[in-house]
Amino acid sequence: MDEIAKPDQLLEKLADDLKQLLVEREIDDPLMVGIHTGGAWIASSLHAKLSISQPLATLDISFYRDDFSRIGMNPRVKPSSLPPQVEDKHIILIDDVLQTGRTIRAAMNEIFDYGRPASITLVCLVDRSGRELPIQADVIGQHLRPGTDQHIKLSGPEPLEFVIT
Amino acid sequence: MVNKSTSPTDPLIGNDSWNIQLDSKGRLKHFLTIEGLGSEILTNILDTAESFANVNEQRVKKVPLLRGKTIVNLFFEASTRTRTTFELAAKRLSADILNINISTSATSKGESLLDTLQNLQAMLCDMFIVRHCDSGAAHFIAGNVAPHISVINAGDGRHAHPTQAMLDMFTIRRNKGRDFGKLRVAIVGDLLHSRVARSQIHALNILNTGDVRVIAPKTLIPTDIEDMGVSVFNDLEAGIKDADVIIMLRLQRERMQGAFLPSEHEYYSQYGLSEERLLAARDDAIVMHPGPINRGVEIESSVADGARSVILDQVTYGISVRMAIMSMVLGREPELTETEAS
Repeated sequence: MDEIAKPDQLLEKLADDLKQLLVEREIDDPLMVGIHTGGAWIASSLHAKLSISQPLATLDISFYRDDFSRIGMNPRVKPSSLPPQVEDKHIILIDDVLQTGRTIRAAMNEIFDYGRPASITLVCLVDRSGRELPIQADVIGQHLRPGTDQHIKLSGPEPLEFVIT
Repeated sequence: MVNKSTSPTDPLIGNDSWNIQLDSKGRLKHFLTIEGLGSEILTNILDTAESFANVNEQRVKKVPLLRGKTIVNLFFEASTRTRTTFELAAKRLSADILNINISTSATSKGESLLDTLQNLQAMLCDMFIVRHCDSGAAHFIAGNVAPHISVINAGDGRHAHPTQAMLDMFTIRRNKGRDFGKLRVAIVGDLLHSRVARSQIHALNILNTGDVRVIAPKTLIPTDIEDMGVSVFNDLEAGIKDADVIIMLRLQRERMQGAFLPSEHEYYSQYGLSEERLLAARDDAIVMHPGPINRGVEIESSVADGARSVILDQVTYGISVRMAIMSMVLGREPELTETEAS
């Protein structure tokens, strides 16, 4: 596997690339949504770097997981804090590590239960191998191809660090 | 794990109902009584309910968690609020729910309870929610269902009403914060017949509530209530003095055989919560009632509808709390069978 960059370096790159993409897509008032827990840390930093006016929202996808019948209730589920109206909003969805795509599938299902957004842009700190669903990110900090038995996790919020096991 | 010291046996149903509700890993398999549960499980229920409260504010008030599960509302005793909030909770979790009205079912044609249960089991149900006028009914059913079925007690006789107690704890926590240690909670009314009060007292004790008081005429107080760690008052104003939370109980006329009270009017004159009497409590005290309320019997209308009343919030919170309990009970990872474990 290639060497993994420091999260703070990747955040700078994400902020620059995202800023450019929003200009290209002519999105000027997006709603930023971070997925618990790592995605919310990154989102909080990007939200400040891009000076986004709409308050930062967070999403806990525990109630939308596809493996509930196998792993059961997450005892540490947190409330989601999406505003009641996501109708026609341009959403920037943020996660730390994109692997199977199942978290993003669950997150999109949850968002649609709040309303019909105008668009969803996916931002991930790390895009790693192991996809099981046809989902891809629009803005990526770093691509990695670790072995299938290797896990990449983000620890934080201060400092943000990758934990590879 | 199970705290055995809190309850060796249950005085009302004569056996230790609290130990069949946990699986080998200490997780809820059934939810029959608060008694014997640890503060960790109770706090976990309240935290999970907090997340479900948000689901109830979504445009689509539904999550796919219990898709494909079948839940049966088995009500042997009348109920509107409890039955409908269980039904809504199940529907918002995407489960299928059946309402069986026992008075019009085969039970009234002479079918035994166990035969009714076996028939429902044959329909491949996953959970029974049981309300019954006899203490210990939910426990009996839990002891006689197939191993894959979970039972939730929605009120049995004068024994327990654990989901009501949990929604009351949720209401208290929402209004007064997470630290129960600094709270004075007063429970007023018909404690003798109240399964709600018994479950509330257990829950308040497990959550380490600073001061739990019960207030009622002597005829409506069980003789062993002081063993539950509460202080007993026979005077309303002395009892609610400086209380943070006042829980009024319904005068249960249907459960009263014999002369417990001279009259409802006299009861109101001594134990009815009026605006004037409420002055004895703290300025920010909240007033709760599990419903249905008897206006002018245990509570003055203007108090029930007033700014301190959180009675309708209790109903709303009941949905989130029941969603939390149902999903925790049905969402345990499957236990390994002996052959898989070896």
